Amino acid sequence: MSEYVIEMLNITKEFPGIKANDDITLQLKHGEVHALLGENGAGKSTLMSVLFGLYQPEQGVIKKDGVVVKINDPNDANALHIGMVHQHFKLVEIFTVLENIILGVEPNKMGFLTMDQARKKVVELSEKYGLAVDPDAKIEDISVGMQQRVEILKMLFRDNEILIFDEPTAVLTPQEIDELMQIMRNFTKEGKSILFITHKLNEIMAVADRCTVLRKGKYMGTVNIADTTVEDLSTMMVGRKVSLQVEKGPENLGEEVLHVSNVFVPSKLHKGYAVKDVSFSVKRGEIVCLAGIEGNGQTQFVHALTGLDKIAAGSITLMGHDISKARIRERSKLGMSHIPEDRHKHGLILDFSLEENLVLQRYWQPKFEKAGFINFKAVRDYADKLIEQYDIRSGQGAVTACRSMSGGNQQKAIVAREIDRDPELLVAVQPTRGLDVGAIEYIHKQLVAQRDEGKAVLLVSLELDEVMNVSDRILVMYEGEIVGVFDPKVTTVQELGLYMAGAKRQNMKAEESEVNKA
Amino acid sequence: MKKGLVSALSSIVSILIGTLFGLILLIAVNSGEAFTSFGKLLSSGVSTLPKLAKVFYQAAPLLMCGLSVGFAFKTGLFNIGASGQYTVGAFAALFGAIVLQLPWYICLILAMIMGAIWGFFPGLFKALFNVNEVITSIMLNWIGLFAVNLLCMNIPKMLPPFWVSSPIKDRTAALSYANPGAIIPKLGLDKVFDSPYINISIIIAILIAILMWVLINKTTKGYELRACGYNRFASIYAGINAKSNIVLSMVIAGALAGIGGGLYYLAGTADYNIQKALLGMGFNGIAVALLGSSNPIGIIFSSLFISYIQVGGEALQPIYAKEMIDIIIAVIIYLSAFSLFTRNLLTKWFKFDRHSGNVNDDPIPPVVPTDTEKKEITIAPDAAVNESEVKA
Repeated sequence: MSEYVIEMLNITKEFPGIKANDDITLQLKHGEVHALLGENGAGKSTLMSVLFGLYQPEQGVIKKDGVVVKINDPNDANALHIGMVHQHFKLVEIFTVLENIILGVEPNKMGFLTMDQARKKVVELSEKYGLAVDPDAKIEDISVGMQQRVEILKMLFRDNEILIFDEPTAVLTPQEIDELMQIMRNFTKEGKSILFITHKLNEIMAVADRCTVLRKGKYMGTVNIADTTVEDLSTMMVGRKVSLQVEKGPENLGEEVLHVSNVFVPSKLHKGYAVKDVSFSVKRGEIVCLAGIEGNGQTQFVHALTGLDKIAAGSITLMGHDISKARIRERSKLGMSHIPEDRHKHGLILDFSLEENLVLQRYWQPKFEKAGFINFKAVRDYADKLIEQYDIRSGQGAVTACRSMSGGNQQKAIVAREIDRDPELLVAVQPTRGLDVGAIEYIHKQLVAQRDEGKAVLLVSLELDEVMNVSDRILVMYEGEIVGVFDPKVTTVQELGLYMAGAKRQNMKAEESEVNKA
Repeated sequence: MKKGLVSALSSIVSILIGTLFGLILLIAVNSGEAFTSFGKLLSSGVSTLPKLAKVFYQAAPLLMCGLSVGFAFKTGLFNIGASGQYTVGAFAALFGAIVLQLPWYICLILAMIMGAIWGFFPGLFKALFNVNEVITSIMLNWIGLFAVNLLCMNIPKMLPPFWVSSPIKDRTAALSYANPGAIIPKLGLDKVFDSPYINISIIIAILIAILMWVLINKTTKGYELRACGYNRFASIYAGINAKSNIVLSMVIAGALAGIGGGLYYLAGTADYNIQKALLGMGFNGIAVALLGSSNPIGIIFSSLFISYIQVGGEALQPIYAKEMIDIIIAVIIYLSAFSLFTRNLLTKWFKFDRHSGNVNDDPIPPVVPTDTEKKEITIAPDAAVNESEVKA
């Protein structure tokens, strides 16, 4: 029996004009956790698509247990016992956990489902690996963590031996991440092999045995985790030294820019409130971070703050003006900049050119508008200035369609647009989501630079590393309420995790007064 | 490859495919006459000056309806109500001309206002209650048609017997005797082309098309309208009042179709026929808009082409039945409107864009235009607003 369970040897996959995979080799041993590391666009997804038969490589072979196999479609991959947990889960929301697990391999007798047998197997698997799920709960009612466990059970139900996890930790709390790591180790003890796709270096250090690094479609090498460091890995991935630590001096607090008091926002999903009684303030020269697990009211709060949604009660004050009911344009004119959570939905008009997007928040200003006509010369000059200053890279410069730009550069364009407005308050919602290390470093620097210039920054983030590194004050949001206020210099990730999961909460009245004193 | 070039090329390819299918149909029906007839179909429009005059004459209202639909497409709306707007526009123009005895340009303005009102309601309902504009404008098509018929039949002055001794009661009075001052001036073009059909309406329509191009591409309002059309969420985020832009967009679209109705019936060569079927002009506007990629300049050419094919079709009589000719023309237009599909194919062939991959994200809904004469209504999916990514 071969040492390797799966080997992808010298895989080359070309798309017109680009080599997405250029002579890449990936060898997965029996019973190991093998990390696949690379920036966005490094070719990780293409490589996995090749493994699943979604693409056929121009060159290279795939071997299973030393034997060359031909994978023409995902069914072939399934037959070879290869399973994958996708980053965005592939679950039917209105089906139960059990129905989702059997989907595609429904056990039946003459066309009639035999659910009992399936239920027994699922319960056994879930007990064996500590994957607690309720087989009869509907997917739409269960937490993201449990949804992920359903995805894992789906793979186990199909007796998969090679388990691929695509960015599995992005949606989990620190505690859940620890659990997942433990589960992954249990799998390898059973002899299952795990391919772990991520760009979080410390998770690789924690759980992986070996790591294969890709950069711009090229194979950079495979290293033993025991013999390497986080710095080495990041250098291999990006091709240059990256500062993983955000450098920033002590905060220099000024006057209050934003004051939020007792804000309630109605929920769109149920009859209650998505945001309950939220109060805090942001001063000049500080980065306040709203932390929490996805879906705990952060999005609704930001929508209410920026004017995309209405508030039910409470008040929001910006620079001394009550903006509780102000239009978006008024808030914008008062100095609110907003880097939105969903850059494709809110941040950019993808079919517009880069220059048209760069003036999206100021096309109406006298500089760009004359007698109802847009001064395209001024727009071009301004766009060229921003492109130069913020190093936005695109195929054809100012006239590039935003749709064709990479995610990192799209985000840079938004950041440039919002920061260049010289705002009083910068609201940045998950500004580094889905970006690679280089782009993250850049955006963090910009945020800190805004703070150092005396701007107030409200950062909403799901990434605890980012929360701990960038912010001056952390507010943890759980089920629409702020359940804790922390100083990142004295708190720990584990402590934050307990609050984010709702296991602990501070007495907010006392905390609030304490913070106000500080 | 440049976007504009791809659009133009895809339209041309679609036209070629369409005409080829037309030829196949001709052969299928009457193989002996097919090739000569096909030649006539393609050349008749330029064979004589009067034929060319007819091309221009029919192209003007078609161009306006195409602009109406195309403008709405550009702003993310599907104006299937061009037919109704066209009809009420025609009525307003004729009412101004016959009953109020107004000059032609005031009649045109009345047509524009009436069309705008017919566009206003679908826009308003869409903006306020998020009612799909396709549904409301289809309803208004019928309301418009029957309201106009009702009014025509009950205003004695609108009908021929009021003016001349005539038994005809199913059409409006001719402008030639009711109010010659309301006929759009010909500026001697009728002498040049030797045809009573030609007048300055095609010039007016082309000027309006150029105006629309400027509005869409050069003005602040156009920027906002396009922003709303491509991505309503992002324009709201940027503080653009998306609701008022939806209404404005439908008002402008309605006004354009209304002018189209005015241009056609103020030519003095056709009277409004009181019938129980929707006018095809508005629906042909959908084909024109798609063929012209919703670009006002492109629409000038696509309307001329479709008008040209229609004039060519007339030359096939009596070898082919009128219905047969209509079907053939419909097939040509139908396939011509595949330009959207062809464009996607061409984009895929010539330029693989690894970041987008989704050439289907076009704000234009994939509608299929209807037959030239018989009116079927194809309901398209709501004008696609870019869907946000599915959240885990």
